[in-house]
Formats: sequence, C-alpha cells, structure tokens
Amino acid sequence: MNKIRSSLPDALAGITDGATIMIGGFGDAGTPFELIDALAELGATNLTIISNNAGTGEEGIAKLIKLGRVSRIVCSFPRQPNATAFDARYLAGELTLDLVPQGNLAERIRAAGAGIGAFFTPTGFGTALAEGKETRKINGRDYVLEYPIFADYALIKARRGDAHGNLVYHETARNFGPVMATAAKCTIAQVAEVVPVGAIDPEIVVTPGIFVKRVVEVRPHSAAREG
Amino acid sequence: MSDTFQRLTRHEIACRVASDIPDGSYVNLGIGAPTEVADCLPEGVTIILHTENGLLGMGPKPEPGKEDIDLMNAGKQYVTALPGAAFFHHADSFAMMRGGHLDYCVLGAYQVSTTGDIANWSTGSKTAIPAVGGAMDLAIGAKSVFVMMDLFTKKGGCKLVESCTMPLTGIACVKRIYTDCATFDITPEGVVASSLAPGLTHAALEGLCGLTFRHPA
Repeated sequence: MNKIRSSLPDALAGITDGATIMIGGFGDAGTPFELIDALAELGATNLTIISNNAGTGEEGIAKLIKLGRVSRIVCSFPRQPNATAFDARYLAGELTLDLVPQGNLAERIRAAGAGIGAFFTPTGFGTALAEGKETRKINGRDYVLEYPIFADYALIKARRGDAHGNLVYHETARNFGPVMATAAKCTIAQVAEVVPVGAIDPEIVVTPGIFVKRVVEVRPHSAAREG
Repeated sequence: MSDTFQRLTRHEIACRVASDIPDGSYVNLGIGAPTEVADCLPEGVTIILHTENGLLGMGPKPEPGKEDIDLMNAGKQYVTALPGAAFFHHADSFAMMRGGHLDYCVLGAYQVSTTGDIANWSTGSKTAIPAVGGAMDLAIGAKSVFVMMDLFTKKGGCKLVESCTMPLTGIACVKRIYTDCATFDITPEGVVASSLAPGLTHAALEGLCGLTFRHPA
C-alpha cells in the first residue's frame, strides 16, 4: 500500500468539471494553499466548494473564485477582509451561496462520513437559515432536521502523513480536516512531512489512513506557512 | 440623549462579566468586545477558554515575532496555548457547545429581546455579504449565554427590545445582558435590572429603554 503521490498534479489527478470539493482550513490555518493552487492550474471549473470561508485577498479559494472556477459555495463565513473576488461574483449573481452555521456545517460533514442519514440539531431553529426545513420538538426542545454533506474530493492539510494515509495535524490547523477526510470519496492530504509507515505512534494518529486516498508532501517554504 | 449618569467603560463591563464566572468554568468568548473579558479574569482562578476553531486552554496573544499561523482564535487573531491545552477538530468543538459542555459563552449583539432572543449575525441589509460563522451554534451552545453590549446604538436606539427586528441568531437563549448602563437578567417573570450605572435610577432606565423592569429580589 502506497498512497504517496510524488507531485501536486498527481495528487489531484481525475478532478473534473462539476466536481464537489471540500477544502479544509479556518482562515489560513489548515488551508491547503498548494493543493488549491494546483487545482487552479488543473483548470477544472463549475466546481462546488465546501469550506468554512471563501478565501481572503486573492489566495486560496478566493483565487478559484476570481478565476471563475466556482459556481456554488457552501460555507459559514464568506465575509472576509479583502475577499473582493467572492463579493463581486456573489453580488453579480454568478456564485450561489449556501450559508450554513459553522457547527451544522461540521456536523453535516461528519454525518456524511459516519453514514448518518440526517440529524436533528437545535442550531438555527427559528432563524432565517432554517426556513423551510423540517423541525421537531423532542423532549421539549425544538430541533431542525439537517442532512449530510458529501463530496467527491476533500483537500486537506496535515503536519505528517505516511504511505497508509495516517495523519496527524498541527494545532488549530486541524479544524475541518478530520471530518472532511471521512466525507469525501477521495481525500487528498498535503502534509509538511511524509514519514515512514510505523513512524507515527498509533496512539496519536488523528485521521486513520482508511479515510485518506492520497498523500503529497509539501515542505513548508516559509516560516509563515509552517505546519 | 444627555447623560446625567456615568456609563461603564467596555473594560468595566468586561470585568463585571468576569467577576460572575466561577473558578473552574469552561468559557467561550465571542468575537469583538467579549474577548476583553479574558483581560479581567481574576488571578488565581482557572478558567479554561474555548475557541471554536479547535482549542481549549487558549492563552493571550503571543509576543511579537512568536506568531504561529496554525494557532489562532475564532477571530483569526494569533493566540497561544496554555499548559494543559487541547486541540480538536471542528465536529468535536461544536459538540462541546451543542452538547451542553461549555459553562458560559459571552456574545456581542445587535439586539436582544426581553424574552432572550438574540440577533447578532446580520443587520438584514440586502447588500451585505451574509456570514454566520459559529454565531447560531454559540447562541444555543452553553449552559449560560451572556451578552455584553452597549445598551444603545450610536443613534440612540435601545438594543434591548420587546421583539427583535433584525434577523434572529437564536430564540430564548440569553440569560443575562451586561451593558454600559445596567445588567439585565432574563427571567420567566420579566427582565430584572440591576447594577445600574452610577447616577442612573431605575425609573430613568425604564424611560430610556421604553420598557418596564423588575427590581432585583
């Protein structure tokens, strides 16, 4: 078993127009910038992106949006300083936004990976973001029915990975990585360091390799992107 | 309005909040003004701060030059991790809220109703980019939800209202509101006003807000 890919294009092979892609990260922490750059070079378009944010400045997801590659985005917080690419396309009606409360986003992704058909959550009950959704009172509390969010691909970033796909993360760069890894048909992890199988203590593996299809090493190229 | 009373500063409000949080509590401080509560926590107590992007045991901002891009808070500011801290993924982080494990969260707000509804994620502007983040999860996500805000907008409108006119974040979830004029407890019998700012009377506060408040027991 060897899930290591030797280059970013190899790691992304097979992604086509119309794909649904989860992208890890919360702000810059855990955002797989190099995988996103390679996705931009690959040229796939009409993408649905599932991520917490919509990128800042002209980097990351903002780059994909600016290039016109994204037709729909599912996220909790697209409003960012200098997120001009998102703002322009959204306000022009060229980009569909599905706004999801952050905890519901995480849990819907988790549900997809865990085989849960749907779940009742108290978050959002009575608000505009639950309009039209099925609700139920359970033990005196009001809940909203939410469905899982699946993806064709997940692009995530981890600190270390091995040929079996086992991953460990770094600090708050972990964020959505572990749940997204479970919810996509093909999870692609960029890691700061590929280590030999057996080098990661099984007790500290965060994402077991069964959830990961491809691992590509991207050495940190500056202190600012370390991890 | 002309003030004949001494409004509390933001720091004084934050210190009122901090003084009501018991030793040993797990607390989430919302983005903005509530983060100042961290600066008011008394010495010698252990309050574990939660940030929804995956850290319990959040510490103060790092020294200049020690910033770490992988270590930030929900406001995407650099922070530190204190001894005893723990990192976790997003589903676990929101399970800590939704599951009722957090003792307190402190939120900012545009409006709070007298029955504890909160509006703090959208002004309802048609041209604004909608963004909710963790606001709705936090609003229902702690054993006690506190709000910290100025009681009036810059234009003088009271932010404590009978019914919110802005898009709701959560329903009947706020327990207590700390403001620059008074502290308000939302109870089934009505809103209790206490700790009024120096020089402010109960009757004057009611007049300013256009609401009726109960006196503390």
